[in-house]
Amino acid sequence: MNRWLHFASPQRFYPLAGRLMPWLVVSAALLALAGLAIGLLIAPSDAQQGEGYRIIFVHVPASWMSMFIYLVMAFWAGVGLVLNTRLSSMMAQALAPTGAMFALLSLLTGALWGKPMWGAWWVWDARLTSELILLFLYLGFIALYSSIEDPSRADRASAVLALVGAVNVPIIYFSVKWWSTLHQGASVSLTRSPSMAVTMLWGMGIMVLAFWAYAIAVALARVRCIILEREARAEWVKYAVE
Amino acid sequence: MPWNSHWVGVADFLAMGGYASYVWISIGACALAVLIESLQLRRRHRAAARRVSQLRGEA
Amino acid sequence: MSIFSLTLRRDLLLVIREPAQGMAVLAFFVMAASLFPIGVGPESALLRRIAPGIIWVAALLAVLLGLPRLFEADFLDGTLEQMVVGPVSLGLLVLGKIVAHWLSTGVPIVLLSPLLAIQFSLDRDSLLVMVGSLLPGTLLLSLIGAIGSALTLGLRNSGVLVTVLVLPLYVPVLVFGAGALEADLAGMDAAAHLYLLVALLALALFFAPWVTAAALRIALE
Repeated sequence: MNRWLHFASPQRFYPLAGRLMPWLVVSAALLALAGLAIGLLIAPSDAQQGEGYRIIFVHVPASWMSMFIYLVMAFWAGVGLVLNTRLSSMMAQALAPTGAMFALLSLLTGALWGKPMWGAWWVWDARLTSELILLFLYLGFIALYSSIEDPSRADRASAVLALVGAVNVPIIYFSVKWWSTLHQGASVSLTRSPSMAVTMLWGMGIMVLAFWAYAIAVALARVRCIILEREARAEWVKYAVE
Repeated sequence: MPWNSHWVGVADFLAMGGYASYVWISIGACALAVLIESLQLRRRHRAAARRVSQLRGEA
Repeated sequence: MSIFSLTLRRDLLLVIREPAQGMAVLAFFVMAASLFPIGVGPESALLRRIAPGIIWVAALLAVLLGLPRLFEADFLDGTLEQMVVGPVSLGLLVLGKIVAHWLSTGVPIVLLSPLLAIQFSLDRDSLLVMVGSLLPGTLLLSLIGAIGSALTLGLRNSGVLVTVLVLPLYVPVLVFGAGALEADLAGMDAAAHLYLLVALLALALFFAPWVTAAALRIALE
């Protein structure tokens, strides 16, 4: 426990993050190359969707990451709120833009998958709609944070919002699902994913790992920026930046 | 399953069975987003570091 | 008297003394909903089909517009700060303010809604379901909105910001509220929707005042 608390101060965490980042970037790049090679070259084409299904190798990881990151962000925000640790709140702030980016990518690649498969760029099915609302939740979090000048209030106010959002995510998901089954007649049922060959699962699993590594690397890079910006006047920072 | 059992050539691979634009734009968009985010973070880090050294100079 | 009923009475008296603002919200509700028939045409089958969504969205936006009134006046004249540092339970006090806000915004909206039901040619049974869904629904909207209102207190762009924060959280309320009316119009049982709405209301009644109180403490520190 003490070992972990040791790194809970921005001063100790800054160099640690700097040392971890290259490893994460390299693993993200290698994993992405391997995942794409398996996904695009080795995995067989789908019986119904031909080669078009290969979009899932970026679409599914992006969607998963957008959801995980929101929960991780809410977790750090909550830790920052309860324990009053600055670094946890900075972590939450650092995750938000990347989570929003993945939500946006998930919607974009979803549209690009939907157009050839279902004949429409956008359909109001449960998954797409929940993803859209998740993007709105991210935008609200970022908007609230950037509207408050005092960093301490900004940290704590956005933490409350993130926690309220996290509690609401399952409710929103359930309600949207309920809503879309109620309107089944109007929309096409299209949530069936192609039956997965083993190589497809491998490709997707490796891509998910690549996205994880990338997300952690980017979050660490952003935490380092936030630390420098907020603690610019601290004594130790002078020696951290050469 | 043998390696590349269905490989027929580069042109065929790039064509993605007629779905070329959808598949490549999807992957390209992800790559572009990653690139933009990385560059933006590098710039932000440099700006923050510059500010720190400025403050150091004033002190 | 408890702090809940004291706050409730005080806030209601303030509203009665200055009714203009509350009137504006009601006018917005009726006007916004009346624009849709003008926009999509007067065909009554179509209007009945889209009525649940329009009446509910109009009510939702009207509650949203009324949110700034919840804490702003007390914040500006410093009363809120006294309330926060005071010895009373802030959660109960906040609940009193929210209920007062609901009685002065949500309930009048519900009372006016039959007017819109006539405009959208709903029949009498559907009207009951509409009122039955709007009554708990608007209280739920006020409870959730109070959190957003407290978080954005005193910020420069609080008006737009509260909208961005709160609208995604309003989605389940809209789904179950408008869904109840829609199910009824489609000849199905609306009860399941209403139960879910009331379940959400119970959850929000328990948590929202407490979260709002925490948000007020953060905003006023």
